[in-house]
Amino acid sequence: MAEVVLSNLTKRFGKTSAVDDVTLTIPDGAFVVLLGPTGAGKTTTLRLIAGLERPDAGDVRIGGRSVLGETPAQRDVAMVFQQYSLYPHLSVRDNLAFPLRSPLMNWPADKIEARIREVAEVLRIAHKLDNKATQLSGGEMQRVSIGRALVRRPQIYLMDEPLSSLDAKLRGELRVELKRIQQELGATLLYVTHDQVEAMTMATHVGVLDRGRLVQFGTPREIYENPTSLYVATRLGQPRINTLPADLFGPAPVGAATIGLRPEHIAQDVGDDSGEAQGAKPARVGRIERLGDQTRLHLTLDGHEIVTLTDVHTTLAPGDTLAIRPQNPLYFDEHGDRIAAAGR
Amino acid sequence: MSAHSITEPSSGTKWIAGILVVGYAVVTLIPLLWIVATGFKTPADAISYPPKVVFDPTLEGYVNLFTTRTRVTPEQLEALPPPEGFAEEIVRSYGMVIAGPSRFGERFMNSVIIGFGSTFLSIFLGTLAAYAFSRFKIPLKDDLLFFILSTRMMPPIAVAIPIFLMYRELGLSDTHLGMILLYTAVNISLAVWLLKGFIDEIPREYEEAALIDGYTRFQAFYKVVLPQAATGIASTAIFCLIFAWNEYAFAVLLTSGTAQTAPPFIPTIIGVGGQDWPAVAAGATLFLLPVLVFTVLLRKHLLRGITFGAVRK
Repeated sequence: MAEVVLSNLTKRFGKTSAVDDVTLTIPDGAFVVLLGPTGAGKTTTLRLIAGLERPDAGDVRIGGRSVLGETPAQRDVAMVFQQYSLYPHLSVRDNLAFPLRSPLMNWPADKIEARIREVAEVLRIAHKLDNKATQLSGGEMQRVSIGRALVRRPQIYLMDEPLSSLDAKLRGELRVELKRIQQELGATLLYVTHDQVEAMTMATHVGVLDRGRLVQFGTPREIYENPTSLYVATRLGQPRINTLPADLFGPAPVGAATIGLRPEHIAQDVGDDSGEAQGAKPARVGRIERLGDQTRLHLTLDGHEIVTLTDVHTTLAPGDTLAIRPQNPLYFDEHGDRIAAAGR
Repeated sequence: MSAHSITEPSSGTKWIAGILVVGYAVVTLIPLLWIVATGFKTPADAISYPPKVVFDPTLEGYVNLFTTRTRVTPEQLEALPPPEGFAEEIVRSYGMVIAGPSRFGERFMNSVIIGFGSTFLSIFLGTLAAYAFSRFKIPLKDDLLFFILSTRMMPPIAVAIPIFLMYRELGLSDTHLGMILLYTAVNISLAVWLLKGFIDEIPREYEEAALIDGYTRFQAFYKVVLPQAATGIASTAIFCLIFAWNEYAFAVLLTSGTAQTAPPFIPTIIGVGGQDWPAVAAGATLFLLPVLVFTVLLRKHLLRGITFGAVRK
């Protein structure tokens, strides 16, 4: 396992910059999650590290040495592709053995078999080892694909949405497994996902990409609690952060254009007397979504939609009025950049 | 009445389709059956009128195909030891003895060497070129591909005279190498285009996965791409072999002895004097077999190859 350093990494496809001047250090043994919408450059970043793409500028260093001149094989990385990419003419066993039989590894057969068994048990595909890769369900293919990476002990694991096509139960189990394996091996892992729970529970660091640029890098808590921009703030949080005109609840810091309210930033049902004084406003309850573990309130305030959480066993009903007031909210200027709430 | 789905044709449609297919098969197979049958007739039966459908089969045609014979006087025939084997017996019944083997075996081997040799070479070069065209950035790629295809835009026989002169200068006339090169040159454009289509359909991710799994590009090519291109390679090979095997015009023009293939040789079997149709038919029958066997062995791939691209997976 090794530290991986990207410096000023840039990759253009025609006129669009897929990855734009990204500088990022993935510490040895870290679990780094890349967040961002489709087209933000997450996959291209993985491919640049793996050596499947040649950068237009910048450097990739693995364990201290620049790997730009090396082939993917020489870089000693393992990658889980989003489209599984299992070798269709081989059985599951041969797919898993493929990296270990490479000229670089060239393990003896008994050692390969032992490792395959071990990985197959963890991924719950031991009963499918003799199947053809094409005779599997989507979820099984994805697990074999993860397994093909886990049989190795590379410098870094690169995973491109590896759990996306699994059902919820299995995804939850494998999330825990993957994190456990990563911690046990002390593995360095760069992981692309759309899933907030995966990002929050597995990551030691989260990097947020916006149109090829790395806009924030930090611990999951930092990214969630202290986003530097509105864009970053909208990456994490279920329900999403509410964005409203900055002065909706009274005076806002200088330059603020938008107030961002997560459910925990919204105080509900404050008393009549103190409420108005502190800037509370009455909101109408529109819809109540009972999700089981949480209950979402859809509120309307001066024509603005607000989604927040409430007590699971709330007695509120559509049509009720509820006083709400911001509590340590996030302010953003007209460009979407964060303004420190020092004034309040 | 049993329940039937919308996509399942009705039994009436199936019957009509079946009759049409069987009818077509009979029409196309009659000439082939006639050739095979003629090979087992006597020369007299072969040209009898009305044609004989039922006849006494004999191996005379095959014996004449593989041997040269000399006429001897009845006294000489008497003096000979008893005939060894059925071939000797048949020949002696005509007052002749076997003088030696005919050239058919040699010519047939020439066809095998040249046909399979050029097929192998076309596929070998075609697969590598198709892979490069499919995967790498090549300057003027489209123009090069069009140039390769353009070699098929005129009938090859249009350049017969230049090739004849060139081959004479280069000492390639009537050589196996010359014929292999010629048929490869004609087939390579087909091979490159067909195989490029197949390789384009193989997702790049497989190779990328192999590159990351510790293999070089060439290892990824033969461990991952080749097995998946097997279908395309097989069907392309059949097309190449059929062309090289059946080619007649260049074979007549450029070969006369050592490298002569079976197609120009078979008509010469008919001989002078009596027309030995059974021997010609026997030669034609044997000539059909290799392509038949090759096609049957690879027929699963061939079907997939002809219809490829029609259905997206």
